Amino acid sequence: MILIVAGNPKEYPDDLNLTRLIELEKVETPIYVTVALNDSFVESGGFESTALKDGDRVEFLYFMGGGR
Amino acid sequence: MSFSGEQLARYSRHIILKGFGLRGQKRLSRGSVLIVGAGGLGSPAALYLAAAGVGRIGIIDADEVDLSNLQRQIIHGTADLGKPKADSARASMLAVNPEIEVRAIRAFADAGNIMELIRDYDFIIDGTDNFPAKFLINDACVLAGKAFSHAGILRFNGQLLTYVPGEGPCYRCLFKNPPPPEAVPTCRQAGVIGALAGVVGSLQAMEAVKYLAGTGGLLTGRLLTYDALKTSFRGIDLPRRADCPVCGEHPSITAPVDYTPAACDFR
Repeated sequence: MILIVAGNPKEYPDDLNLTRLIELEKVETPIYVTVALNDSFVESGGFESTALKDGDRVEFLYFMGGGR
Repeated sequence: MSFSGEQLARYSRHIILKGFGLRGQKRLSRGSVLIVGAGGLGSPAALYLAAAGVGRIGIIDADEVDLSNLQRQIIHGTADLGKPKADSARASMLAVNPEIEVRAIRAFADAGNIMELIRDYDFIIDGTDNFPAKFLINDACVLAGKAFSHAGILRFNGQLLTYVPGEGPCYRCLFKNPPPPEAVPTCRQAGVIGALAGVVGSLQAMEAVKYLAGTGGLLTGRLLTYDALKTSFRGIDLPRRADCPVCGEHPSITAPVDYTPAACDFR
């Protein structure tokens, strides 16, 4: 299936949940990442139970603490 | 309000700008911005807003200028080493534009002073370097009904979001709570390119200018991310969280909260 991850359409294996996608994408500090799936936030406790389907758009939001 | 001949010359590039004009300039002159942090983001934001003729600017920072700051904190110079950053920033801003009012505040924002600090300003710029401060500014602005610009930078990446009451998510909609101290890297641990702070801090100044002038659209409901290595900007549309603990329908946070800063940020 095709998923649009961080704006990039790419081929992924079927039967993928968010936890597995986070592993595949090598997301840094995954427990502190916010996930938006098709314009809705996914609770961090719900990654495992969130199955992905063809055409889904996934965004990872990262903490960026710098500035001063 | 009418401008002198010198002021008309100083702001002529704004005044001739279609969609901004004399009306926009007057609104800047009547406007006020509080910049929290006179550092990497605060430096370009403060200089541009001073140059633009924002009538009243507050700049708050409790630190002194350190040699390791000068690679990115362009409002300070080598001659300012050891001076309070707030005072050094104020001097640089008034050197660019002596016609504005600048208040230097030598303090750190905390739950005890933040509501008082933001009260008299139209727009707030978060130029801080740690999560406790970012959540504090977010919560205070939501509670006080103030618009503000969030930004964060790390390594070669930056992000920005503008909060306007009633329009789009707040920072806490995106990130419910600060990460535990040292759970995610900071600039001090991971490094940052100076010009990255310049790009992102200048975008924050642009948001403030548009907000005050009432011109154009703001970065509400959309997180802008900047990848300097790829020279790529992306806007990510994001909703409000109905269950957000501060801006949601049944908020549990009704006063500013002090979190413990990461050990490496605590000085």
